[in-house]
Amino acid sequence: MSAALSAIAAPLTGVSAPLAAAGPSVLWYLTRATGAVSLLLLTGSLVLGVADVRRLSTARWPRFMIDSLHRSVSLLAVVFLGVHILTSVLDSFVSISLVNAVVPFTGSYRPLWLGLGAVAFDLMLAVVFTSLLRGRIGYAGWRAVHWLAYASWPLALVHGLGTGSDVHSGWLLVLSVICGLAVVAAVLSRVLSGWPAGAMGRRVGLAATAAFAIFLLAWLPVGPLGSEWARRSGTPSSLLGHTTNSSKGETR
Amino acid sequence: MSRRVRVNPIACEAHGICAELLPERVTLDEWGYPIVDERTLHGEELEHARRAARACPTLALLLERERSRTAAS
Amino acid sequence: MSSSAPTAELHAAAPDDTVAGLPRLLAGVHGERALTLSEHVSVHGELPTVAGGGRSRSRARSRRLIEEVEASGLRGCGGGGFPAGTKLRSVAAARGRPVVVVNAVEAEPPSSKDRTLLELAPHLVLDGAVLAAEALGADEAVVAIGEHAGGSAASAYAAIEERSHGGEHGRVALTLASVAGGYVAGQESALISGLEGREALPTFTPPLPFERGLRRRPTLVNNAETLAHLALIARHGAGWFRRLGTEAHPGSTLLTLSGPVAYPGVYEIEAGASLTSLIDAAGGTTAGVRGVLTGGYAGSWAPAAAIDELMLSREQLAGAGASFGAGIVVLLSAETCPVAETSRLARWLAGESARQCGPCVHGLDAISGAVEAVAAGAREQPSAQRLRTLSSLAAGRGACAHPDGAVRVIASALRAFAPEFEDHSRGGPCERCRAASELPLPHRAGRRATGRP
Repeated sequence: MSAALSAIAAPLTGVSAPLAAAGPSVLWYLTRATGAVSLLLLTGSLVLGVADVRRLSTARWPRFMIDSLHRSVSLLAVVFLGVHILTSVLDSFVSISLVNAVVPFTGSYRPLWLGLGAVAFDLMLAVVFTSLLRGRIGYAGWRAVHWLAYASWPLALVHGLGTGSDVHSGWLLVLSVICGLAVVAAVLSRVLSGWPAGAMGRRVGLAATAAFAIFLLAWLPVGPLGSEWARRSGTPSSLLGHTTNSSKGETR
Repeated sequence: MSRRVRVNPIACEAHGICAELLPERVTLDEWGYPIVDERTLHGEELEHARRAARACPTLALLLERERSRTAAS
Repeated sequence: MSSSAPTAELHAAAPDDTVAGLPRLLAGVHGERALTLSEHVSVHGELPTVAGGGRSRSRARSRRLIEEVEASGLRGCGGGGFPAGTKLRSVAAARGRPVVVVNAVEAEPPSSKDRTLLELAPHLVLDGAVLAAEALGADEAVVAIGEHAGGSAASAYAAIEERSHGGEHGRVALTLASVAGGYVAGQESALISGLEGREALPTFTPPLPFERGLRRRPTLVNNAETLAHLALIARHGAGWFRRLGTEAHPGSTLLTLSGPVAYPGVYEIEAGASLTSLIDAAGGTTAGVRGVLTGGYAGSWAPAAAIDELMLSREQLAGAGASFGAGIVVLLSAETCPVAETSRLARWLAGESARQCGPCVHGLDAISGAVEAVAAGAREQPSAQRLRTLSSLAAGRGACAHPDGAVRVIASALRAFAPEFEDHSRGGPCERCRAASELPLPHRAGRRATGRP
């Protein structure tokens, strides 16, 4: 399957040589790049969503614009996500099938961490479909599904940190921190503006945010930034390099 | 087919986006709720009205076919 | 006056005993208990046949009843005054199997005619429900009562039981349902919501109940008194019905009279009779009268000086700037302060909002605040222009007519008691402001004070 896809993909990517483990492939770069951009766009969507529901606006940024931006950025995030998934499937270096992208925790490559991405993707698909069909479903039904959007962000972040091979190069970490701060600010902004109406709901929201931050701080050093993460995260042994350089562990 | 714009006052939560996108027909009262001119829409207004109806976060702005008010209470 | 439902005293006598043809609805009633089925039949005669026997629908006969109702000029007695025949026709023309709902919720505190009717002459109401159902091809009628039904609940239940033993009177399935809710629960769409198990709050229309109502079926919602009249029209005809009353408001009508009279309670009068004759029939006034509220809490106030000119029919009251509504007449004694009463009424009406629509919630709250400020002679008072602006913002922009009615009744109070309002505006509360409220304004337990929006 992979070979067939590669053959189709070759003219698309402009790489004439068969995609093999001969060197870093364009597809691989695309996967990482679009993944990072997706995370950025998802963060933007969340922040704009909070601005939207809090009805923030200025003379230059009227309500309809914030709302429209939120919708556009969300759609763009899904588009980049689509490219991210497609390139990871087409990349023959690692065996990821289209099924793995939609059905979580299947597949052989880092099943847990990849699977989180699949869950995030599923949630985003649900949100997008209900949004496009809002007229048919009605406001109440649409709203109920829209809450899932909040869950897709932490899933996407942990997926990126757990699956990606760029954690050590720093830029992904920096990006994650920036996105994380933006999300925390957005959530705080919403909670502090008096939502949800019940005090218990607000406490839960704050607690969940704090818990997630603590989880990240605790997990990162012993997880992706720790030793032999590639192996521990479930990279198939065939892909693991033989060097004793513990951190990377995978060769391309 | 003539159409007009109408607000479902129960669904409306005073976001005010309709007034931004269709100022020819919608103004906001002092509490942020829309005051709608329900006369027939013409030409370009119809397009703007469609956009405004799509943009309403709670789907409270409706584009309706004009129907004569018959037996009703 | 206590804030619980007033005990309905019944007076079957007409203001003028020599008026032929009265009582009609209250013919033969006992003061303390309901007419049994056999008593009812001996007073009014057998239940006419509208449809064919059993379940077959004789279109010709049912059409005839609808035509008869149209010719009679009967209008809804729940406050809306919509032509009953037209409503029947709309439901008949709608698609789907219809259902009939008898609106005896009577959520307006100063009204007790519907529960009185159910308590003392339930079979007349049930006859009307059955006849209307058959004319529409419906096989089901629901009698909806409210929280203040009192004895009428047992009465209605017993009457339904009496009819359930088959035979002519068991042709249509009758059920009794209780709807919890406040002032707006009697509104058509709110009532249907309540019957379906949700909160009894108005819904956005269209579709209107006649097209899609209870369980998505075409629904005929009629006030209990309307159906009682229908039951008599089916027996005696439109011509008979029109022998009493006026051209625009034919027939007899029930009224709830309260305030400083010797015998407050429910009266059946000929439509168009004078308010003075009603007061006389009620034994005359027992104290000085400051003004009168007609049409209920969505109606209109008139000053005492206007009482002599008021005639109790829809068009005549409307012509005088007053309102017939659901046949409610509240006399305000000279012992209370009309400004304080209006202030309390305004605040109560604001509290009874379903709280679903911004203009109603904010508008009625602002108007109440404005009236309270005037009543207290506060330093910052709204101008007349401000009150007019608030009224135009609140009315006509909700999902139901509640804010419209509130705006109307408050505006009428400001006109009718202009001198008193002027005094309060300048001098603050008077000593009568502290007197007990004469308007029944019940508070409901568990009512949420705030909420959306």
